[in-house]
Amino acid sequence: MITTKDLTKVYTSRGGRTTALRGVDLHVREGEVYGVVGTSGAGKSTLIRCVNMLERPSSGTVTVDGVELTALPGTEQRAGRELRAARQRIGMVFQHFNLLASRTVQQNVELPLEIRGLDRTARRRRAGELLELVGLADKAQSYPKQLSGGQKQRVGIARALAGDPRVLLSDEATSALDPQTTRSILQLLRRLNQELGLTVLLITHEMDVIKSVCDSAALMREGRIVEAGPLTELIATDGSALARELFPLSEFGAGHGGSTVVEVTFQGDSSGRPFISQLARTYQIDLNILGAAVETIGGRQVGRMRVELPGSHQDNVVPIGYLREQGLQVDVLTENGTLA
Amino acid sequence: MTWDEMQPLLQDATVETLQMVGIATLVTLLVGLPLGVLLVLTDKGGLLQNRPVNKVVGAIVNVGRSLPFVILLVALIPFTRWVVGTSIGWQAATVPLAIGAIPFYARLVETAVRGVDGGLVEAVHAMGGSTWAVVRKVLLPESLPALLSALTTTVIALIGYSATAGTVGGGGLGNLAITYGYMRFETGFMVVIVIELVLLVTLLQLVGDFLSKRLDHS
Repeated sequence: MITTKDLTKVYTSRGGRTTALRGVDLHVREGEVYGVVGTSGAGKSTLIRCVNMLERPSSGTVTVDGVELTALPGTEQRAGRELRAARQRIGMVFQHFNLLASRTVQQNVELPLEIRGLDRTARRRRAGELLELVGLADKAQSYPKQLSGGQKQRVGIARALAGDPRVLLSDEATSALDPQTTRSILQLLRRLNQELGLTVLLITHEMDVIKSVCDSAALMREGRIVEAGPLTELIATDGSALARELFPLSEFGAGHGGSTVVEVTFQGDSSGRPFISQLARTYQIDLNILGAAVETIGGRQVGRMRVELPGSHQDNVVPIGYLREQGLQVDVLTENGTLA
Repeated sequence: MTWDEMQPLLQDATVETLQMVGIATLVTLLVGLPLGVLLVLTDKGGLLQNRPVNKVVGAIVNVGRSLPFVILLVALIPFTRWVVGTSIGWQAATVPLAIGAIPFYARLVETAVRGVDGGLVEAVHAMGGSTWAVVRKVLLPESLPALLSALTTTVIALIGYSATAGTVGGGGLGNLAITYGYMRFETGFMVVIVIELVLLVTLLQLVGDFLSKRLDHS
């Protein structure tokens, strides 16, 4: 649904050149919630703004819903007619909501419809439906300043959906909100994704956002995507940095000398099986569980456990093989707790 | 002079002042507002970035702003005569009044429009809006309270200018103050005129502030 190919963005200013994107290939499938995560300055904001050409990439292509936006004429300040038409099918929500203070909630939601040239009655009806959808029908005549942050973002979402977009871009939509409001906004995004089949591309610096709402994720660092894929696959990838951050066990103990520490990750149906006691029984091993956690990631139950096995790695090849046969993902850590 | 003598003079002069200030305000609004918006749009990084236009408009505005009104009044006499057909009376005074106020208001408009959050412009771009949509849906409505405050300031400045215009035959309250208060030593009449001006300005400021506050939802 959204594809970028070898996207680069270089800013030139009097102070010199800053490279924000260094060849980004992004592929967001239709109907999924895709999260791009990274620290500030990683280039994720530039990336999402390049998707609807609020910023023109220096090179590379952006294709949204089959339309190659980079091929459409216009500048950052002035978009051509075709690009404007394409943008009407891409909704966007912002960190600071960007609602017009001079308009009521309803008038804010009507704005994109005015731009599309819908008549008054049609606009009013559509705005009513959208406010109903985001649960703010009773606030239609309020002004933005009378709303809380979460309510403002709901208006922002309703406005972004006004043009029946197939794609929603979310630029740190929950970063200005408290944890509880963040959760309710993310739930709303998830619901819209499921009910409307909306493809959502969001950027965030919070792993929790990725964990609670995304199907797929990409990790950005210094203008590059260093890792990307569906969360369930990432979790099952040995040495995935994203999985490690999604699911940190670092606070757990690292074991003792002369033992082998492994991290066992299990998801879906395998989470129900008593593999640890089977292992202990089958191989007569005294296992030491250093830590464990179970979380819901991408809508699936995922668990991770750090287990200490007596003896060196060599001594434990057979039990580790047994665990892998059970369909579990096993990462072997050295004595000091880092990946072997 | 008795009040009965003053009253009809005062009434006529007030009407004249209001007429010339009113017409000058209208012209100022019609020309100054687009000019101010143009200054923002054509500036570096603006939506219609255009260095030559920006420089030329900016220079004209600066020249207009730096000329003392009395000089403008005299310098514009040929132009005034061409537009109105005469250089005497309140009708003639509207021309230099408007010309003097346009750059003044344009600069205030520029400041007001610059105060609009860039995020809103971006939001309209993201929903597929054109530059015209940005101006009409965001820049003007969002800066409306500030634009109105700026207009109040301009109208009050125009009342001041109109008194100056009155001293050189422009009619209105200024003319009255000069001919009676100054030339005929009618100090009492002078005081009455001053009081009226103070009341007029105060009233305008109050109304302007009230409306501006009413329109401000931020």
